[in-house]
Amino acid sequence: MKNTIGTSLKFERTIDSAFRRVCWTLALLTILLGGLIVFEIFYHATPAIKKYGFSFLTSSQWDPANEAYGVLPEIWGTFYSSVLALIVAGLLGVSVAIWLTQNFLPSRVEWFLKTVVELLAAIPSVVYGLWGFYYVIPMLRPFAGWLHEQFSWVPFFSTPFTGPGILPAALVLGIMILPTVASISRDALSAVPSRLKEAAMGLGATRWEVIWKVVLPTASRGIGAALVLGFGRAIGETMALAMLAGNSSRLTLSLLSPSNTLAARLANQFPEAGPSEASALMFAALVLMALSLSANVFGVVINLRARYKLARVGVAR
Amino acid sequence: MPTLTAQPPHAIKPPKTPVRHDPIIECEIRKLYYGDFLAVKNSSLNIEKGKITAFIGPSGCGKSTVLRCMNRLNDIVRGFRLEGRVAMAGQDIYAANVDPVSVRRHIGMVFQQPTPFVMSVYDNVAFGLRINRDKHDLDHRVEQALKSAALWDEVKDKLKKSALSLSGGQQQRLCIARAIATQPQVLLMDEPCSALDPISTRRIEELMVELRKSYTIVIVTHNLHQAMRVADYTAFMYVDKESRSGYLVEYGETDQIFKHPAEEYTRQYVCGHFS
Repeated sequence: MKNTIGTSLKFERTIDSAFRRVCWTLALLTILLGGLIVFEIFYHATPAIKKYGFSFLTSSQWDPANEAYGVLPEIWGTFYSSVLALIVAGLLGVSVAIWLTQNFLPSRVEWFLKTVVELLAAIPSVVYGLWGFYYVIPMLRPFAGWLHEQFSWVPFFSTPFTGPGILPAALVLGIMILPTVASISRDALSAVPSRLKEAAMGLGATRWEVIWKVVLPTASRGIGAALVLGFGRAIGETMALAMLAGNSSRLTLSLLSPSNTLAARLANQFPEAGPSEASALMFAALVLMALSLSANVFGVVINLRARYKLARVGVAR
Repeated sequence: MPTLTAQPPHAIKPPKTPVRHDPIIECEIRKLYYGDFLAVKNSSLNIEKGKITAFIGPSGCGKSTVLRCMNRLNDIVRGFRLEGRVAMAGQDIYAANVDPVSVRRHIGMVFQQPTPFVMSVYDNVAFGLRINRDKHDLDHRVEQALKSAALWDEVKDKLKKSALSLSGGQQQRLCIARAIATQPQVLLMDEPCSALDPISTRRIEELMVELRKSYTIVIVTHNLHQAMRVADYTAFMYVDKESRSGYLVEYGETDQIFKHPAEEYTRQYVCGHFS
């Protein structure tokens, strides 16, 4: 025996503490980097913040010639397209999640379909944009035209369909956030203890009643978190929207109208921005970050609380 | 009080299915498979109406599986197959024209761990009534069920509160209330006390004896003393060492099983030689 009690472990101790220090430093650097990015954007946005202040959020102009900037239409467009996308992704995603977790399919098929849905997240944003531009818009054109002709008195169809706009943007965005919504909902649904399902079946509930009255309510917060996190992704999504939203700042309810979002405004505007416009863009970037951050924090909080609640169901043992 | 065995207890081997006077469930399991695995074989017995019947035996002997045959809850397990016949009140519940869901509406079940749904205390108890589209006088019947489960006094002021706010023992009594709210003919209990502390266990046992007046109870338990305390009849199951299949070794009045078992395995088990 070489290592008897009392042998010096000095070398091991040194490695140990060096390793810990390196980890600390790298972790700290990551945090600093995040802080630095926020600080830089804030710093460059300062002139615009001082000049426009709160009116930046309530004004609809974007006029570099007169140095008048406001992002109200972009904020509206961001919310509107994200909410519509969330409706699309919510309906599809939760249905897919139910279908993949409640023993409707053999487990191999479940696994295969789950992977397919998750792979949707691997398609680059710009590819979605191209697909939307060359496929979805032409496909929508006859249908959207008909909607406008027949129902132009409905605010949602009040403008003619010009191509890029809210409707194609929201549809494509919905498919883009589908993997997020579906996979987090799936986790929430499969975390529902099977004994709860058995208990409901034991009371004579049909499969549908079990899903609707027991499984979904138990997973409701997790599904809520899935929706909020999907919403957060939709808010920040850029490339596809820069290609599909229409790059036109309007405050409208019409689904057929071109529109703009904060992210798309940034992507489309920055190449030719002068100093004052650059500062305004930085301000817009701050607004975007704040929106996206709050959606994500909100989502994470709900998700944690959902797990806590599920743990309570589990802890009741 | 029906006599259990025609013969004196320890004279000859008692028949595996003692002739009963008033069976509510006739259970004849020749072979029960999960996929290729023969989980239970040759286990036939009648459950006597208005009595408490306990299933005892070591882990993996198929006690719970037999219990879950009685309300067709095994149907949701992939690969489940039964050769045999289970009849309730004379009707074959595995007959082709019988919907398992309708079977479960006549048989209540309580599980090993409390299974409160994520909803209010009231909604939990009303769950079975509501899915039966049986909504008249809901308040009254929820109250009756909670009273029968000896829980009413503790929860009457928090009916609208989440069922998860109750303690473990209260949750289990809530599940009993939920199971009896629809007034099933039989109440199946799968180790209902194994997750509970001794005081809660005691309350549930007292409750079982009380409920026997109105319901037939079948209980699976790991706790021999529990079987001795509450059960009128006891069935001992064991595992075949080679095939790992469970089977019924002996069934009879609780006193006889514990004091004068006819089978050597039973004797060793109730004496605590193995568990």
